[in-house]
Amino acid sequence: MEQGKKVRVLVAKPGLDGHERGARVVAYGLRDLGFEVIYTGLRQSADIIAKAAIQEDVDVIGLSILSGAHMTLTRKVLDKLKEQDARDVLMLIGGVIPDEDVPKWKEMGVSGVFTSGTPIKEIGDFINSNIS
Amino acid sequence: MDNELENLVNGIADGSVRSLAGMITCVENRTTGWLEAMKKIYSKTGHARVIGITGPPGAGKSTLTDRLTRTLLDKGLSVGVIAVDPSSPFSGGALLGDRLRMKDVSALEGVFVRSMATRGALGGLSLAARDVVKIMDAFGKDFILVETVGVGQDEIEVVKTADLVMVVCVPGMGDGIQAIKAGIMEIADIFVVNKADIEGADSVVKDIQAMLSMSTDKGKKTIQVLKTVATSGDGITELVDTLFQELEATKKKAGRQRDRIKEEIIGLLEREVSRLIHKRLDHNDKLDVSVDKILARECDPYSVVQEITDDYIK
Repeated sequence: MEQGKKVRVLVAKPGLDGHERGARVVAYGLRDLGFEVIYTGLRQSADIIAKAAIQEDVDVIGLSILSGAHMTLTRKVLDKLKEQDARDVLMLIGGVIPDEDVPKWKEMGVSGVFTSGTPIKEIGDFINSNIS
Repeated sequence: MDNELENLVNGIADGSVRSLAGMITCVENRTTGWLEAMKKIYSKTGHARVIGITGPPGAGKSTLTDRLTRTLLDKGLSVGVIAVDPSSPFSGGALLGDRLRMKDVSALEGVFVRSMATRGALGGLSLAARDVVKIMDAFGKDFILVETVGVGQDEIEVVKTADLVMVVCVPGMGDGIQAIKAGIMEIADIFVVNKADIEGADSVVKDIQAMLSMSTDKGKKTIQVLKTVATSGDGITELVDTLFQELEATKKKAGRQRDRIKEEIIGLLEREVSRLIHKRLDHNDKLDVSVDKILARECDPYSVVQEITDDYIK
């Protein structure tokens, strides 16, 4: 039995992309919904993100990507997680994402895609209904 | 102890980072069986040196922790970092941002950084922080840096956890009298005046030194006041040298460790007794009878407490 279980979420920005506002809005919003959010800041390598996810033992990773390199970066993070024997996490992506890329992501192992304009509560509800 | 925790304990013995992270989660969540798991690992603790880093918000604790970690790594030592940030008292959520200042160092071999939310605990640390120190110790970390939330004047929980406490101050936080107040200023083994490139750093150093010189405890050791600029790395080498000297000096004092263990036993006992009291008295009809009597002024709360304690101690 988990007496004081809190859902832990890592919010990270991989790669060369200086647009942080969205990630921050999501981080603050999830905090206000009762999640413990670990925010790692800008320009993270896939390796750093994977290691942070493992050390922090997070249930969810949210990647915010507005650089256009979302497919490559997400693939890299997923590979690193696998390589480092991370436990199963719920992988979420947000940012500027073309609709036609969404189905490819689901195949890759991404559980949810939330583009700009998504109400934070929708992300929170999605997390709660997908975390055992 | 259930299988999951058993596996985590074994994993820690085998050096699995994932097990280390998993056990911290279980202990932080107080998952059933966590106490048994702590008992199992306790015999493997006692090797790590534990450094507390405390000070007001924005003093540069995380950046300083990053620098210290790097320097210790260069000396061939492994480092665990526990970085505590506050939980929201309203939503229960938290934004843990200490990794922001330590993103490169946190991925280096030999480093393990864990962010923790206070989850309602007062005193600058979370309830489980002390247990997490032990888990990292059992895992084999040489040094464990415990960074508190940004504290004011009275949050001194870290002193119960660390072998040595650094209090980080910065220029511009008020006049000399701020330094003479009680609380965190009294727990420092080393004072660090960070952001020493900002005007006013020297007067902060002087204020602290003046406060220390007024101590009436003549037998007390001299406490160093060092200047650093954590962002550039200035003063870090001197700080680490002082750190090692002070650790050597505290090693000779077995008293502090004994006091800490005693204090820990009493603390755990208090929590356990409090739990038992709640278990017995919550939804207890007898208590309601007492409440009625008190409301009618036939009895008083003091006598009721006396009666209950007398009954327990029997």
